[in-house]
Amino acid sequence: MTGSSVFRKHSETIILGLAMISTVLLMWIFNGSRFLGSGNLQSMAFQLPELGILSLAMMVTMLTAGINLSIIASANLSGIIAALILTQFIQPGSSGFSAALVIFLAILAGLLTSVLVGLLNGLLIARIGVSPILATLGTMILINGFAIVITEGYVISGFPEAVKFIGNGLIFGIPMPIIIFTICAIAMAIVLNRTATGVSIFMIGSNPIATLFSGISNKSVLIKTYLLSGLYAGIAAIIMISRFNSAKADYGESYLLMTVLASVMGGVSAAGGFGRVSGVVIALVILQIVSSGLNLLRVSNFLTIAIWGIILILVMIVKFYTDRYQRRQTT
Amino acid sequence: MKKLLARHETYIFLVIVIFSIVITAINPSFLTLENLFDLLKSYSFMGILAIGVLFVLISGGIDISFMATATVAMYVVAIVLTRFGGNILLCFVIAMSIGIVLGMINASIIYFFSIPSIITTIATMNIYYGLLTVLSGGKWIYGLPAWFREFAELRVFSLTNAEGITYGISIITAIWFAVLVLAWFILRYTMLGRGIYAMGGNLASARRVGFNLLHLHLFVYSFMGMLAGIAGMIIALLVQTVAPNQIVGKELDVIAAVVLGGASLAGGIGTLLGTMLGVALIAILGNGLTLMHVPSFWYNVFIGLVILISVSVTAYRRLKREKRMVTVELE
Repeated sequence: MTGSSVFRKHSETIILGLAMISTVLLMWIFNGSRFLGSGNLQSMAFQLPELGILSLAMMVTMLTAGINLSIIASANLSGIIAALILTQFIQPGSSGFSAALVIFLAILAGLLTSVLVGLLNGLLIARIGVSPILATLGTMILINGFAIVITEGYVISGFPEAVKFIGNGLIFGIPMPIIIFTICAIAMAIVLNRTATGVSIFMIGSNPIATLFSGISNKSVLIKTYLLSGLYAGIAAIIMISRFNSAKADYGESYLLMTVLASVMGGVSAAGGFGRVSGVVIALVILQIVSSGLNLLRVSNFLTIAIWGIILILVMIVKFYTDRYQRRQTT
Repeated sequence: MKKLLARHETYIFLVIVIFSIVITAINPSFLTLENLFDLLKSYSFMGILAIGVLFVLISGGIDISFMATATVAMYVVAIVLTRFGGNILLCFVIAMSIGIVLGMINASIIYFFSIPSIITTIATMNIYYGLLTVLSGGKWIYGLPAWFREFAELRVFSLTNAEGITYGISIITAIWFAVLVLAWFILRYTMLGRGIYAMGGNLASARRVGFNLLHLHLFVYSFMGMLAGIAGMIIALLVQTVAPNQIVGKELDVIAAVVLGGASLAGGIGTLLGTMLGVALIAILGNGLTLMHVPSFWYNVFIGLVILISVSVTAYRRLKREKRMVTVELE
């Protein structure tokens, strides 16, 4: 393999890697040692996973040329269902075992909720043929509606210590959320690159008709995709309620478009078929470095949002020119 | 008759009629001119934005940034008003110009770097909104001039009800109708309108036929921006306070209304009549739930259900039609 073909195959990862290194250097120059201090690294490791897992939930649907606008809404509903079970069934005096059982059930119910939303999305898209953006827009509003009806707009809070550990605990100094995120990212990479379903997900994104004629059931692959997306939204929900120690109908609404941003920046094609988990992870790290670095500089959160937008457009412009360069090389 | 039944608009109209009958049966004050005029005033904001979104959808794109554009426009107008004064015409000119400029930025990024419109406008939304919030410090603006309030109270014509209260069609509704007539003229009688449909139907064909795609992009997105500017003015007139976070996050509601009206996200399809019926459906649903004393928590559940049922029926009908076409081909 010659040097240029290595570059061609991994050009996206290389561009992202360079972008990551330059943001780290930039933030290091501005912030000095504070930036690479363990306190800052740890706080970044607590903040990244929520958006990270939600981005993976978004990414897998975008690979099939779809989108899942309902991830935040289903994460909130999952969180609320889990929170209701936690607050209703655990009494201060209850024993360790029964408390553990309730926590287990609460997490299970939370995950089940968002998997069911995923099933609804999958059925609408695969069976009835609704376009993904419309189907998930509808479920987003509907699910958010249920969340508001259940909570009447209030916050549900006050969980046992064990639940708080999921979002705030440390194992050997490593924050729990980043451990969960790492497992989720590796699992997603294995599903996408090492299983038949994963290959079919990429194929549907590139050419659904060719996929159908190669003997793959597009419907069942699409349903699996949205189930997986729902499951990841549910996992993010558990981390979210644990970190906030509460659940509410409108947490994290600003995350929705950020997950699209992270996926696209990570090289996931909006037209489907292309994208790597590693790219998305690097994109998330870049976004987190920018936001933490600017935060240390006491820059307003809103300026950070604007800068994320500018970075997204810059990445897309670089991609546009490298694509064009590569096309010229091949012809 | 058969032609009428095949049209999407007929079904929405029937649904609106059924809803209206149910709501009137429960609360007769729904079907009064007073309530109707009120709705026409308060939904002119959504109505105007929906027209812009329709243009973008027909052209095969999507715009998520219009609420941010509207916010920037109304904020700048409010600053100019409170600092330097002015008149209503100047306000509209400023708001529309800002909208046009921001729209042209969107169009240029989309056209010159072939970045998908959804990604571009997610990015620019964050940039416009983020920069505005930073530069304004998130401050609310009160104390708009008295004539600004008086303009909002103007009516095109007035009636007096039994209790001696006057009501009528607001000047704001008249602005909406003027925009509607302009949009109808463009879509139906100009080459520009044909071009927008052609571009959404098939980009490559439109280029071959000789449409200037750069001009079409610039027109579509700056028209959306201009209408966003007008809509921003309308919100300022209706609410009489201006805040950077007033309307952000409501983008998908407007898109949902347009999609309810039968516009296709794939481009090339959509009518003004359908779009206005879509807005009417959302308006009647919201107003009807209030008049029927349904707690406001339930609002999103109903809107979500209506959207899901509507898009499912549309998709299902298309699925059946395609099946029929396949059998014809086989014969």
